[in-house]
Formats: sequence, C-alpha cells, structure tokens
Amino acid sequence: MTPAEVDERIRTLIEPFNKKGVAIEDSTTFAGDLEFDSLTVMDFVAAIEDEFDIIISMNQQAEIENWGQLVVAVHKLQDS
Amino acid sequence: MTDTVTAETAAEPVDLLAKFDPIIQTREALLAAGVEDPFNLVMEQVLSPTRAICNGRDTILLGTYNYMGMTFDPDVIAAGKTAMEDFGAGTTGSRVLNGTFRDHRDVEAALREFYAMDHAVVFSTGYQANLGIISTLAGKGDYIILDIDSHASIYDGCAMGRAEVVPFKHNDVEALEKRLKRIPEGAGKLVVLEGVYSMMGDVAPLKEMVRIAKAHGAMVLVDEAHSMGFIGEHGRGVAEDQGVIDDVDFIIGTFSKSVGTVGGFCVSNHPKFEVLRLVCRPYVFTAALPPSVMASSATSIRKLMHGGNKRAHLWENSRTLHKGLRDLGFKLGTETPQSAIIAVIMPDLEKGAMMWEALLKEGLYVNLARPPATPAGMTLLRCSLCAEHSAEQVQTILGMFERAGKAIGII
Repeated sequence: MTPAEVDERIRTLIEPFNKKGVAIEDSTTFAGDLEFDSLTVMDFVAAIEDEFDIIISMNQQAEIENWGQLVVAVHKLQDS
Repeated sequence: MTDTVTAETAAEPVDLLAKFDPIIQTREALLAAGVEDPFNLVMEQVLSPTRAICNGRDTILLGTYNYMGMTFDPDVIAAGKTAMEDFGAGTTGSRVLNGTFRDHRDVEAALREFYAMDHAVVFSTGYQANLGIISTLAGKGDYIILDIDSHASIYDGCAMGRAEVVPFKHNDVEALEKRLKRIPEGAGKLVVLEGVYSMMGDVAPLKEMVRIAKAHGAMVLVDEAHSMGFIGEHGRGVAEDQGVIDDVDFIIGTFSKSVGTVGGFCVSNHPKFEVLRLVCRPYVFTAALPPSVMASSATSIRKLMHGGNKRAHLWENSRTLHKGLRDLGFKLGTETPQSAIIAVIMPDLEKGAMMWEALLKEGLYVNLARPPATPAGMTLLRCSLCAEHSAEQVQTILGMFERAGKAIGII
C-alpha cells in the first residue's frame, strides 16, 4: 500500500472522531488542532490497528503528533 | 573563554514550574469559589477505622481503603509496639544489606501462607511493588499489554522498564485478544490486569482474560490491591474468586488497604522468582520498612485468613449503600455492587467539589477523584466501605448524601 493509499484509508477512519470537521493537512496536530483527549486517541488508534492489523504501541504514539507523522508511521508498520 | 558572563550574553532563566500554571489556575478558581480544599484535608485525631476529627469536625470516614478495619485491631497494634521496642524505630538500610529483620522474613512467610504460594517479596509500598516488578520483568523489546484504566504505578513501571506498551479498552476481552495476536512472534509478553479497578470499583473478567493471555503464551500479572481480604474464598482476590489464580504468574498487593499498615508485595510460584531480590532496583535501592510495620502487617495478614464474619458484613454494607444511593437517584459507577468501592458520578468538577464540601460539612469524608486519575474525564465521589462501618452508620451516610445531593441540586 502506498503512503497515499494509507492516507486515504485513515482519512475515512478519522471522520467520526473529527466532530468539528477540521480540515486535515500533514501539519494538523491531534492534541492541538483536533482536540483529541486520551479516550478519543485510544478509540481512533484501535480503529487504525484493526483496519491495518497492526499494533501502534504507546511508545510509538508518543512520537506521533500530527497527521503527516501518523501516515508515515502506519505506512511503515503495515509494510513490515 | 572568559570567567565572567556579560549581561548581554546571560541566558534568560526558564522557570521549570511554569508548565504547571494551568493546574495552579484551576485550583485557585476552585478555592476562590469558597470550597474547602479537597486535597488538603487534615485528620487531627483518628478515633477508629471509621471516625476521625477532620478539619475540626467529627467525621465518618468513607474514603480510606481501610476495608477490613485492621488499623485499630488490638493484636495488630500490640505486635507493632513489641517489635518497635525490641528492634527499634527503623531499619536504616536496604533489604539486601542491613534492612532484613526477623519480621521482614515473617511477613513474607505470612504472605506465602495467605496465598498458598511458594514465594513472596515485600516492598516499601504498593507503588514500588508495581514499579519494581513490572520494570524488571519487561524490558526493552518486550511487550506489556495492559488495560487502559491501569493504575499510575503500572504505567510508571512500564515506562521505567522501557518495554513496548500496548493498551486495550477497559475490561474488553476481545480487544485484549486482538492485540495479543498481533505481537511479533518470539517477543516476551506480559499481560497486566487489576482485580478491582479502584476508580469505578468494577471487577475484571479475569477468567476469560487469563485464559486468553495463557493461550497466547503471555505471562500474567494481576494487581489485587483492592480485593485482598474479602474477595475470593480465602480472600486472595478476584483471580481466586473466578477460579484462575493458579494460572496467574504474579500477584501484586499492598498492605495499605485491607492489611491496614503500609508496604507492597508480589507473590508467585515461579521457580526463579527469588532472583528479583537481586535485580529489582525499587527493591534494592530503598530503605526497608520499620520492624513495627512488618510485625503489625504479619499479624494482620494472619488474622485476615480468619475474617469470614467481617467479610460478610463488609459485603452487606456495600450492597446497602449501593442500593440506597441508587434509590436516591445518584448515578453510580457500576450497575451492581462489585467490590467495597462505590463510585458516585458527578456532573462536573465544580459540582463534585461542592458536593464533596457539603458532605464534609455534614460530617462525611469521601474521596474526590478527578482527571487524570479517573477514566473518561469523569469527576467521582468515591466511597470505600469498611467492615467496621455499622449498619446504623450506613443509614446515617445515606441521609447525608440525600441532604447534600438536594442542596447542591444533583438529585
């Protein structure tokens, strides 16, 4: 799967969590721009993990602050 | 290089405490509203396991984790007094150097008897037991799969050991299984669960979870801090109650709840368990508990083995309070009483603090719990019952909740 395809699939997954309909770019942050609390992060991460059959550990999550970083990380994980 | 720094090049000092400004502001706003500080209560006198003089008022204690009321047990106090006179006030040393006295060995023997297990190691607190055992078992490259609502000491143990941390949704058996399936083959796996979750007072489905963990080749650690002494046939906790205690590799517990003293422990049947005394840093690099605490704890643990009547009364108290609060119209953390903790859900922090204060003025102490300790950003008034609460006290407590709840407009 290409990074663009990964991006597209996660974009569908984030819809129910993006309640204010924030426009998402690579620099969009989860804590700041999207105002995700820890519970939302857990549910969103679980949705991605189930979709791609991967694990994103809390250690890895700590390194992911914005959309661009998430796409890169998921692309790398589903490839391995 | 010069010896002096000119004014132009001197760096601006950065206040490392500035990051806590939002917390300082929240607290100041709360206190400015005239509420007594919920996190600065002083017990001027403690009259019994269930009564104290708090901030000058005679108060019923309903938030102390003193489940079995052992703090004032005459035998527990006598054992501590004797040990203090015979062995002194403190150990002034680590367990692995000069800090293992007769009673440290004896309390570990009492734990082996209580749990019918081969090994027991005592730590200075329950927090340190989790910190030490988890960080030592699971290191870099290993995986820890844990419930998202795990206690801070569990998360801190994970961080200290630098294992990969994989959380799953609270008490969700399927979510646990999915994650276990995705862990790379050959990696070390530790599943960390709690018997009773202390914020809501709910019990974990250990029967299914332990089975699944074992089926995937993981080792299992269960924290039974809030169940020891009154859940399970012998009071060994939720794992005993659900019939899976033999499949649990490590049980973590504390003396600061049912036992009524202070200290933490881990019990296990693992043949290599004793090596942890040499490699577990929070065990090695801290002072051992005072001999009086060890003697009191050993006496208390052995008395808890025969605490059947007290246990029955504690459950009766839990059921009465749960039903009474629900009938009054309060929203509770669990549908049924599952433990000695009953969490009353508050609409928000402001109302919660007002309700907490109104109860204190009525003469009742409960815990005000708020994020980040609570799940889902909830504010809770957490009640923990004691086997020494009388049936009359429970009725008095319900009356206090009714008056305070109506005054604040929650019911």
